[in-house]
Amino acid sequence: MIQLLKTTALNGHDPFGLRECLRAVNSKRPVNLDLSTIHFPLPALTSIAHRITGVILFVGLIFGFWALDASLSSPEGFESVRSALAHNVLVKLIAWGLLSALGFHFVAGIKHLLMDTGYGVDLEGGNRKAQITVVISAVLVVLAGVWVW
Amino acid sequence: MVTNITNLGRSGLSDWLIQRVSAVVLALYALFVVAYLLFHPNLDYATWSGLFAQTWMRIFSLLAFISMAAHAWVGLWTVSTDYLKHTGVRFGFQAVVILAIFVFLVWGVQVLWGA
Repeated sequence: MIQLLKTTALNGHDPFGLRECLRAVNSKRPVNLDLSTIHFPLPALTSIAHRITGVILFVGLIFGFWALDASLSSPEGFESVRSALAHNVLVKLIAWGLLSALGFHFVAGIKHLLMDTGYGVDLEGGNRKAQITVVISAVLVVLAGVWVW
Repeated sequence: MVTNITNLGRSGLSDWLIQRVSAVVLALYALFVVAYLLFHPNLDYATWSGLFAQTWMRIFSLLAFISMAAHAWVGLWTVSTDYLKHTGVRFGFQAVVILAIFVFLVWGVQVLWGA
């Protein structure tokens, strides 16, 4: 039956577009299954990083509210937050990580708002703004580290 | 038209606007707090608690917390509907997020006006 359909399709009567399907299936097109050679364009990477940093910041709210609560509760609470930020390496790492996430999310968000106004919404502009986002947030990540340490 | 019963504004356009307005509020609040801490390197408890005793700072903070709640919900709703295809898993995730947002809001109010 299938053979019959194939034969008739190849011979001219092809109501279902079978000839096109056969050609696609049997063609010797190059197939790239090496995922290490496939990479996302930069705007796609900054977009997913915007989402990841957003999730990180949401989880980080626990530390933010904890620090705010403790620092405002009493002079002793304020001192415990201050000394933890000044001496505890783990606390410093968390603070640096959250500030870095905030910096990137902030810059990528500004980029979003710029694009909403219609500024630079083309392939070249998209690439350039993604590059600028990476550079500025990299600077902010370093500055945040300098601030924390 | 596709209607969705779990997104914040019940319309994509409404969510779009809420996300941007809340983003501007959060950006201003983040800038203010970071700048305040940078300009007060030897901050003490009296100055810090004095800032949060001001009515305008409490209003600004509560506005930021409410913006955070809306912003986080629109963002995490978008992420969860994009990546969590199983309805039960997605619903569970969204329930946890709503509970967390609610806890953060109540916690924030308590910190601002607390005991």
